[in-house]
Amino acid sequence: MDETLKELAEHIELGLGESLLSWTIEYGELTLSVAASDGLDVVRYLRDNSSCKFVNLTDICGVDWPGREKRFDVVYHFLSPMQNQRIRVKLATDENTPVASLTPLFPGAEWFEREAYDMYGILFSGHPDLRRLLTDYGFDGHPLRKDFPLTGFVEVRYDDEKKRVVYEPVQLNQEFRNFDFLSPWEGTDYVLPGDEKANTN
Amino acid sequence: MGLTNTPGTLITDKPKGLIDPNTRNPVGSDDPFFLDVNEELADKGFLVTSTDNLIQWARTGSLMWMTFGLACCAVEMMQMSMPRYDAERFGFAPRASPRQSDVMIVAGTLTNKMAPALRKVYDQMPEPRYVISMGSCANGGGYYHYSYSVVRGCDRVVPVDIYVPGCPPTAEALLYGVLMLQKKIRRTGTIER
Repeated sequence: MDETLKELAEHIELGLGESLLSWTIEYGELTLSVAASDGLDVVRYLRDNSSCKFVNLTDICGVDWPGREKRFDVVYHFLSPMQNQRIRVKLATDENTPVASLTPLFPGAEWFEREAYDMYGILFSGHPDLRRLLTDYGFDGHPLRKDFPLTGFVEVRYDDEKKRVVYEPVQLNQEFRNFDFLSPWEGTDYVLPGDEKANTN
Repeated sequence: MGLTNTPGTLITDKPKGLIDPNTRNPVGSDDPFFLDVNEELADKGFLVTSTDNLIQWARTGSLMWMTFGLACCAVEMMQMSMPRYDAERFGFAPRASPRQSDVMIVAGTLTNKMAPALRKVYDQMPEPRYVISMGSCANGGGYYHYSYSVVRGCDRVVPVDIYVPGCPPTAEALLYGVLMLQKKIRRTGTIER
């Protein structure tokens, strides 16, 4: 399995040249790392090259790395029914740099990209209709970003006077709690409140 | 079902267990007045009751429920209406239109995006209307209580009559909730809601 993947990767490396930054095989899966500006060319090559034929776009998703300069990864998954192989293509971008949309090559990419835009705020250039897909109408923010608070900013309620559903700033009667499931008998790796000075001398 | 004996209605005294030695029937069974009334009404399709009892009986016995399946609870809601639990034997029949239904079962997670639609559908239902909130998510947000996109309980959007707990509640639990709703309607006992 790994051997065929390796052959495939070397073939792609030859075909793509500079556009391919690196490739790895992990857990029996081939991942290509690609420059953001070359994304469309790479995907076109993977789709049209006679020994690749990755004609099925399985998924497009995003990853947020808040510590990085280019904080988002865009991850594409393809399937080649002719080869019976799958491939993953990754490219990095930031909040303001658009990535070329795959809609000219794969019409099915439209909603995947809308979802990635909705959840992460990743921009796609050349997309016919880049709107939010899943979140509420008039939703503010991108919920899968790491800096988005879990409970969001607004909550809804039916207002009996206005006779409609209204939005209000979120108000929690009880804060979200993080439970600690570590057993004290098996050794905890945190300091109990009040025990801060226990092991200093 | 809903038909109870209330004072003020024309009914013979309950037999006291005394047997008339002449007829060997309970005392009072040959009362001419009641025999006359009985004769007049027998086999002519009459039923004597009070109107509020009749209305409660009709209401509890023909609750058309509107399916508002939002998530996995909807599967249990389907189970409840299927032959094994057979909600229709209680006159609790599915009706796909809000304009012709009496009960709405909110089955599943109510999201912010869905809330105006839920309210709109609720507003389309004719009075009297009832709401059964089914499952943890509809009761109070449940698993998604702290989520950015979920309403923390559907009672923020519509008034709820019966809460059925569970995640998801079993079909039996929902059926019990339905019976509780019928009991509530019967006990409230007003024509106006």
